[in-house]
Amino acid sequence: MRRLVSDTMVVAERNLVRLPRSPDLLLAFTVQPVMFVLLFVYVFGGAINTPGYSYVDFLIPGIIVQNIAFGGFVTALGLSEDLRKGLIDRFRSLPMARPAVLAGRTLADVVTNLLSVCVLVVTGLIIGFSFHAGVGEVIGGFGLLLLFGYAFSWVFALLGMLVSSPEAANSVGFIAVFPLTFISSAFVPTASMPAALRWFADVNPFTIVVNAMRSLWLGAPAGNNVWGAVVWSLVILALFAPLAVWRYRKAAGH
Amino acid sequence: MHTGQEDQTATAEPVTARAAEPAISAKGLVKTFGKVRALDGVDLEVAPGTVLGLLGPNGAGKTTAVRVLTTLLEPDSGSARVAGLDVVRDAAKLRERIGLAGQYAAVDENLTGIENLVMVGRLYGMKRSAAKARAEELLERFELDEAAKRPARTYSGGMRRRLDLAAALVAQPPVLFLDEPTTGLDPRSRLTLWATIEALVAEGTTVLLTTQYLDEADRLADRIAVIDHGRVIAEGTADELKDRVGGERLEVRLDDPERAQAAIDALAPMSDEQPTLDGDLVVLTVRRRSGAIVEAVERLTGAGIGVDDLTMRRPTLDDVFMTLTGHAAEAAEEEETTR
Repeated sequence: MRRLVSDTMVVAERNLVRLPRSPDLLLAFTVQPVMFVLLFVYVFGGAINTPGYSYVDFLIPGIIVQNIAFGGFVTALGLSEDLRKGLIDRFRSLPMARPAVLAGRTLADVVTNLLSVCVLVVTGLIIGFSFHAGVGEVIGGFGLLLLFGYAFSWVFALLGMLVSSPEAANSVGFIAVFPLTFISSAFVPTASMPAALRWFADVNPFTIVVNAMRSLWLGAPAGNNVWGAVVWSLVILALFAPLAVWRYRKAAGH
Repeated sequence: MHTGQEDQTATAEPVTARAAEPAISAKGLVKTFGKVRALDGVDLEVAPGTVLGLLGPNGAGKTTAVRVLTTLLEPDSGSARVAGLDVVRDAAKLRERIGLAGQYAAVDENLTGIENLVMVGRLYGMKRSAAKARAEELLERFELDEAAKRPARTYSGGMRRRLDLAAALVAQPPVLFLDEPTTGLDPRSRLTLWATIEALVAEGTTVLLTTQYLDEADRLADRIAVIDHGRVIAEGTADELKDRVGGERLEVRLDDPERAQAAIDALAPMSDEQPTLDGDLVVLTVRRRSGAIVEAVERLTGAGIGVDDLTMRRPTLDDVFMTLTGHAAEAAEEEETTR
């Protein structure tokens, strides 16, 4: 156990140290989400009717959830690259704790996720977003975001261990996750969707997490959303973390 | 109670027992991937402090053998012990006693040389300060100290291999696995790496080295195992293998290919075997290198046969394969490159 913690920290440190040296990644964490916020607010915002909220207030929790779901992408890209370059072989030949390579990766994602959440919140505040909740709820919202992002990192960890190249990780991840985030309450109220789509959007865990964020940050009626979001995150974690570690043990192709 | 006699027998026993146990031994290793039998019953034995060269073409099963012996893959059947530990049952413990350097120079390109080595040291369970000291020692030894603070992506191919090898040596493993350590390196870097490996062996490290190059095995390996289609098809010292391959090859291109049979007859006395026709080349294995070219020209001229070109060459890996397997060492399955 002690080895698991220390090995995980070593791997997390490795992934964070290299971050400032890959400017393209840093750009993906900062500039890209800001660009999406601006596009949505100023291009679509005027045409989307969000009863009870200004579109900026409606959008910011949604787009942050979408963004954090994609935060784990670095994990998928990084792992498939490590696999291809033989670094996973090296790690597997070392007497280190087996889950540490993945646990360190996903832990590093928490740091980068926090970074991009802060960038988005600050951007939101500049263009008119405001919290309608107490300090406790706001901080709780940050916590929920990081938990959900962490759970999703493990989905990407599994993806990274399954695909053959970073390019494949990129397209598979994008095709799988992008629609999921869009067919939700993140960008428009689900009430505006056709019936079948609306049914899907309402049960989509993304919707539940987005709604939970709106109740935490905007004071929207919470219902079961906050607990639902926590449970969803834990379920995703409980499912994908063991699967990813199992793949890692097997992995490294042959 | 203690007599000198008793002491001697008491200590002599375990010493011989230890010396008798090979550093690496594999028995009947089998590993299949789908329909491909990557390992088809491999037996290997490497005495402590010696180098075994595992020689074979791409796809022969060399990398798979290394992966089984370094606990990265479990064999379907058969067993192997490395440094006194079973590769399956004692895998976790064994990882503390082996070093692996691969053909893909497995270093993190975004980390500096020293960061790479410190990371590996800490993953071996060393404290940060101890890992740093060991990293500095290795960087100096491998002449990477000046580049220590540069990201590995700025390194040349040879520097990356040296860093990779240094990473494999962080924990001073008694057994070292080198998977095609010099593939793709320029001749100068190859020589440097060879010297480094020789120094390690001189210090008592046991090395298993895979290679496609006969000259590499020749220079570094005490014994060579030739592997093809997942089987060890020959094993012995470099000299023993060369004897089986035969001597120098003389290749003659004739002015007039029609006269090939006449040329074969004229040259036959120079070789123990009948000269063969390979395309438009007459090929023979000569008994003696010295004077062979002059003799061949004299014999052919005497028979009135014109010579266009005439080359003498040393046996190559292809010759080893032609002799041992009857087929050329063509690049076989993609096993070594797909990961």
